[in-house]
Amino acid sequence: MSIIAQHGDIFILLACAFGFFMAWGVGANDVANAMGTSVGSRAITIKQAILIAIVFEFLGAWLAGGQVTETIRKGIIDPALLEQDPQLLIYGMLASLLAAGTWLMIASMKGWPVSTTHSIVGAIVGFALAGLGIDAIGWSKVGQIAASWVVSPLLAGSIAFMLFKSIQSMIFDAEDPFAAAKRYVPMYVFLVGFIVSMVTLTKGLKHVGLHLNFTQSLLLSVLLGLVLMFIGIQREKRIARSQRQSDAFGFQGVERVFGVLMIFTACAMAFAHGSNDVANAVGPLAAVISVVNTQGDVGGSASVPWWVLILGGGGIVAGLITYGHKVIATVGTGITELTPSRGFAATLAAATTVVLASGTGLPISTTHTLVGAVLGVGLARGIAALNMRVLGTIVMSWLITLPAGAGLAIAFFFMFKGIFG
Amino acid sequence: MVTTNPFSAMFGRSPFQPLLAHIEKAHDCSAALLPFFEATLQGDWEAATQHREAITRLEHEADSLKTELRLNLPNTLFLPVSRSDLLDLISVQDKIANKARDITGIMLGRQMRVPSELAAPMRDYIETSVSCVAKARQALEELQDLLESGFGRNVSDLMQKLIRDLHDLENRADEQQIAIRRQLFALEADLPPVEVMFLYKIIEWIGELSDRAERVGSRLQIMTAH
Repeated sequence: MSIIAQHGDIFILLACAFGFFMAWGVGANDVANAMGTSVGSRAITIKQAILIAIVFEFLGAWLAGGQVTETIRKGIIDPALLEQDPQLLIYGMLASLLAAGTWLMIASMKGWPVSTTHSIVGAIVGFALAGLGIDAIGWSKVGQIAASWVVSPLLAGSIAFMLFKSIQSMIFDAEDPFAAAKRYVPMYVFLVGFIVSMVTLTKGLKHVGLHLNFTQSLLLSVLLGLVLMFIGIQREKRIARSQRQSDAFGFQGVERVFGVLMIFTACAMAFAHGSNDVANAVGPLAAVISVVNTQGDVGGSASVPWWVLILGGGGIVAGLITYGHKVIATVGTGITELTPSRGFAATLAAATTVVLASGTGLPISTTHTLVGAVLGVGLARGIAALNMRVLGTIVMSWLITLPAGAGLAIAFFFMFKGIFG
Repeated sequence: MVTTNPFSAMFGRSPFQPLLAHIEKAHDCSAALLPFFEATLQGDWEAATQHREAITRLEHEADSLKTELRLNLPNTLFLPVSRSDLLDLISVQDKIANKARDITGIMLGRQMRVPSELAAPMRDYIETSVSCVAKARQALEELQDLLESGFGRNVSDLMQKLIRDLHDLENRADEQQIAIRRQLFALEADLPPVEVMFLYKIIEWIGELSDRAERVGSRLQIMTAH
């Protein structure tokens, strides 16, 4: 107890620093994956992508990030076991943040495809195993998280498959695909607006102080969707039919209409990413703050202070600005096989999955969700070639990241224990 | 800092780009037969040699495109079309280029001159065969766009139209072939027998160009059917 009273301010400062470091890693790495499809399909420029990412990552983190934070903060470890030594939780969370942040940095330097979510979950499980024993871990919650690693790519893949098939049957198979695209694309814009605002309104606005019931949220979401749809129609009007000679079906024009759509999905994706992945940095930080503030009350259900989510969002933006733009450029120029229509189906499916997961509080990996979504479009015969070997690499990264995060967390945990007693 | 991103690495190189490049070479190869033929009619063997060299070079380029495609089609690539159909298609395409080269090889090697009575029908005949190949090339170009839509009903429409066009062209080439054979038969007695033998061979090979172009069409249909 006295340790917390004695070093409380240091703990909070350290937690903020490490949390910011971790958020920086999230911004530097993951954002590129989230924005890659949009830039890769040439629907938006890299500059636009960075602007969209800054605004919507921050909004997502701030407005809808609270739910997943809960899971990271207290879902994985059983708080009852820590009541005797609450300082252990502080050491553990500090160690986890530092471990995950360090691992992210190592991986980025080596160019390994790691997931920020895996890093932090692995780290927390690692310190809990070493510091508290095997019983301290809420295995059912960990199991749920592990299951989501399989479920989320599957879900995203199925949604992407269905979305692409619907585009195919409604637009590409139409007598006049260009006219069909102009007619139906606003509906997809509406869908984007509706899903994002629905989750934000029902799940995320509590700490902002807005309390809406379900019907109010639904109506407001429909309204926001319609507003977005209107903007989409306005932008669409500027697109003319393709004049290219060999393009018998006018698909060039269709793709340009989808290019408009990609702007919206890019926003949705950045929002979804921010809302889910900010928790990786902010969750442990919030846990430390709540333990210090309550003088060791581990089970306390104090809500996340609003400035913590802003710190996390700011960290993501900082990572994006200092380093992420380079990765976006690499990803963006690397993906030439992606047209706006395919990119749209993949990105919206991934965004929907992540947004749904944030709503239910499950931390899932954006990278893997997006990979699942791209595969879904591939299965609908939408993508010319997918490299299956890379999937193997990604699965390998799942396996490596967990023990790596855990190992680092254990080392840092004993380091903090040694320093503060 | 980052060298490879898993996400961008996931997108393999599309095999359709080299496929299109290949049929373009095969088409250029067969199209070069026309000026070559004119040169042989004039007996200008120097010009013919130059055309032959151009064709050989194009055929080599087509060959290396074929090899590149085959090597770049590892088992780890996930494609919207069957791998074996793709490999079949490129070998059919490659045979067009090979045949064009073979025709110039024999004609140049034996310094063959088509009898003046046959010159005009032969020219038309070669033109029909070459336009058959052009049609196949056009089909692949259109397919490139359709790929973006993941193949739908439009593909079957396109394929039906294309197969019909190719079939018509091939029919015309067949009719021209029959007419030329008949003419040649009438002239046979006045020509050296060995020469006649090889003339028949050349006539047959030119017909094979259009045959193979038609087969490219049916391969494409199979490829996009399922």
